[in-house]
Amino acid sequence: MDRRSVLKIAGAVSAATAAMFAVPRMAFAAYSDAIFKQKAGADALQNAYGANATTPSDQVKLKAPDIAENGAVVPVSVETDMDAESIAILITENPSPLAITADIPAGTKAMVKTRCRMGKTTQVTAVVKSGGKLYTASKEVKVTIGGCGG
Amino acid sequence: MSSIRIKAKDRKGLVDVKCLMKHNMETGLRKDKSGKKIPEHWIQDVSAESNGKVVFTAAFNTSISKDPYLAFAFAGKKGDSLKVSWKDNTGATDSAETVIK
Amino acid sequence: MKKIISHVAFGLLGLSVSAAVVAGPAEDRAAFQKFYENRFPDTPVADFQNGVYSILPAAREQWEAIEEFPPYELSIERGEEIYNKTFANGKSLASCFGDDGAVREKYPHWDKDRGMVVTMELAINECLEANGEKPLKYKKGAMADVSAFMSYNSRGQSINVEIPSDDPRALAAYEMGKEQFYTKRGQLNFACADCHMHTAGMMYRADTVSPAFGHATSWPVFRSKWQSMGTLHRRFAGCHNNIRANPFKAQGEEYRNLEYFVTYMSNGLEFNGPAARK
Repeated sequence: MDRRSVLKIAGAVSAATAAMFAVPRMAFAAYSDAIFKQKAGADALQNAYGANATTPSDQVKLKAPDIAENGAVVPVSVETDMDAESIAILITENPSPLAITADIPAGTKAMVKTRCRMGKTTQVTAVVKSGGKLYTASKEVKVTIGGCGG
Repeated sequence: MSSIRIKAKDRKGLVDVKCLMKHNMETGLRKDKSGKKIPEHWIQDVSAESNGKVVFTAAFNTSISKDPYLAFAFAGKKGDSLKVSWKDNTGATDSAETVIK
Repeated sequence: MKKIISHVAFGLLGLSVSAAVVAGPAEDRAAFQKFYENRFPDTPVADFQNGVYSILPAAREQWEAIEEFPPYELSIERGEEIYNKTFANGKSLASCFGDDGAVREKYPHWDKDRGMVVTMELAINECLEANGEKPLKYKKGAMADVSAFMSYNSRGQSINVEIPSDDPRALAAYEMGKEQFYTKRGQLNFACADCHMHTAGMMYRADTVSPAFGHATSWPVFRSKWQSMGTLHRRFAGCHNNIRANPFKAQGEEYRNLEYFVTYMSNGLEFNGPAARK
């Protein structure tokens, strides 16, 4: 694949994209193989957040279907009223379970929605980092092979 | 043309953002017609900035679907600028800017 | 009462088209709609435009999540570019279909001069060829993108397919389409009606089968399964492959007449394409 650097600015003067990523960011948000290629969710969390002890909490609101219509595009959303620094989603049965980490700066709502790939029926866990601790909510998402395939 | 589409709406001081980013998000597990593995190629980092301040960042692995969808919300207002950028595993980058409605 | 007996035009095994006594297309349509209203009494009529999502709340939630920013929006953008692209002769698709291509309600229609059903995709290629441009493949890619753009701008238009009473060939085309719908075919020996009428709402392994009433409203469609945009004839062929029948040619007579019948059955509903589906 070609290296591509495309900037699209609607009107205003562009700031170089490099500057975008030079803005100081919370360390645990940036991508690294050490975090995202871990085969065990606990190891991924350890590398992402420096901790992997989790506590279930009903303040973590995880929304995902009981039965995915299509395992390639499963809508997942996580939200909490807790004062959250970061939100992560783990998909247990995927080769590398940690799918996403999202940093929540001050003034940003503790919420993220995305669409995930799930290879098969799996536990999906939402992780919220708040006050240095990790809180979770989990559910099973069934992934089936349709009858009318094609 | 940018690969990023942004919808940003001010709802009583909370800006609701929905983005769709055109990207194949190859897992590295798929094979092409000749049986060769298609190399992994996916967006790793996404960043959103409004009025010079970083309002959201995310990092992905290949579990995120093709043409990634990302929704988030932050304190802001109509008329402010919003810029969303991504960087993928090849080092390629892209960004798009919009005005909050 | 006019008695119409459907006769077999294809050498198919396991044929079971009943020689029903029907009054005509309008009566067929009323009976068709009534069947689905009775089968799904809690579904508002207009909601049948949303296919299986009108009858399955859990699936509907996922569909609504996808609709927050549906993948077909990318297709509409590509379609708009192609629509406005200038041909070698200086014209464009806009020259045939107007600035916004909002012509969905005109299709499919009976073309008296040529004695055939004309669909929107067929008309798009006829415009291209009339202007010296290469025609597009009918099932996906650029054709699906252009159709998505035109359908998007046509959202909300009423479906009002006409079968002109002054041309018996139009009725014959409708009857051929109807026969297609009710004729069993393929190794699995299913008719469209077997799944989409008699067992609509029931499950085949992990899929719930959608009602045929409202089927034609939302095309072209971005199917998660395809991870791409596809036209109605792409889906017809896919369904035929599923029941292990040889599919007919996209935009050939069989599928155009089937589209004519299926769209007529949804008269009164609105076009709401393009759509996202499983």
